Amino acid sequence: MHVGLEHYLTVSFLLFALGLLGVIMRRNLLVIYMSLELMLNAANLALVAFSRFNNKLDGQVLVFFIITVAAAEVSVGLALIVALYRRRRSAHVEDLTSMKF
Amino acid sequence: MANTFPDILFYVFAVLTLGCGALVIANPFSRNPVTSAMFLVLTIISMAGLFVLLHAFFLAAVQILVYAGAVIVLFLFVIMLLDLKAETMRRIKIYGFIAGIVSVGAILAIFMKSLGATPLNSDSAPAVEGNTEPLGKLLFTHYVVPFEVVSVLLLVAMVGVILLSKKNLD
Repeated sequence: MHVGLEHYLTVSFLLFALGLLGVIMRRNLLVIYMSLELMLNAANLALVAFSRFNNKLDGQVLVFFIITVAAAEVSVGLALIVALYRRRRSAHVEDLTSMKF
Repeated sequence: MANTFPDILFYVFAVLTLGCGALVIANPFSRNPVTSAMFLVLTIISMAGLFVLLHAFFLAAVQILVYAGAVIVLFLFVIMLLDLKAETMRRIKIYGFIAGIVSVGAILAIFMKSLGATPLNSDSAPAVEGNTEPLGKLLFTHYVVPFEVVSVLLLVAMVGVILLSKKNLD
């Protein structure tokens, strides 16, 4: 069977579900962050596939912007995690409950 | 015969991407975050392979340079800076586990149903090539304003990170 748009979209959906599962299940702040990266990558894959099969380059430009913003987001998020760890000595979400009502 | 080789490569890269992605979030052998980061590298490299199969050559290079080169190095720096011990097996809350499985399954079901319900015209021969030249032309003509805004965003992120990393915030 010839590989078409739906195959790429299926891979993208499964990867997004994996990332979401990681965000919900894991308790380590850094692994949660990696799962977020997985979800961003799944969106990128869907955009590139749509761009290829609709004969439009705009999707790839959007992926370029997403990669840039993701790099900025990772740097700020990791700086926040480091600042948090300095104060609390923990990168575990169950130890960070001071905002819990 | 000429068309089957990229199809085989697609399945190889798809299985690699999903398998390594699963090992990022749940590795049965190791709970160490460094292992997760290494499998994230493998996921990203096999996804760059998928980009090459979609003729997005520039994005495949950017993916490897930015993600595998910069982002993962940043992750590894932070993991080793924090000196995280391998995560001890804490008792998994059964309600959280069930809620996670149900919500992810529901989202996946919605995705698959919408994929089945949408007519996709993927039979027309794709002709778009993601080389540097057409992408750069588009980026510097039609998308020049977002391009400049992104540069400002990177500057803001840099200033923010420097401020956050200062020893005593006051």
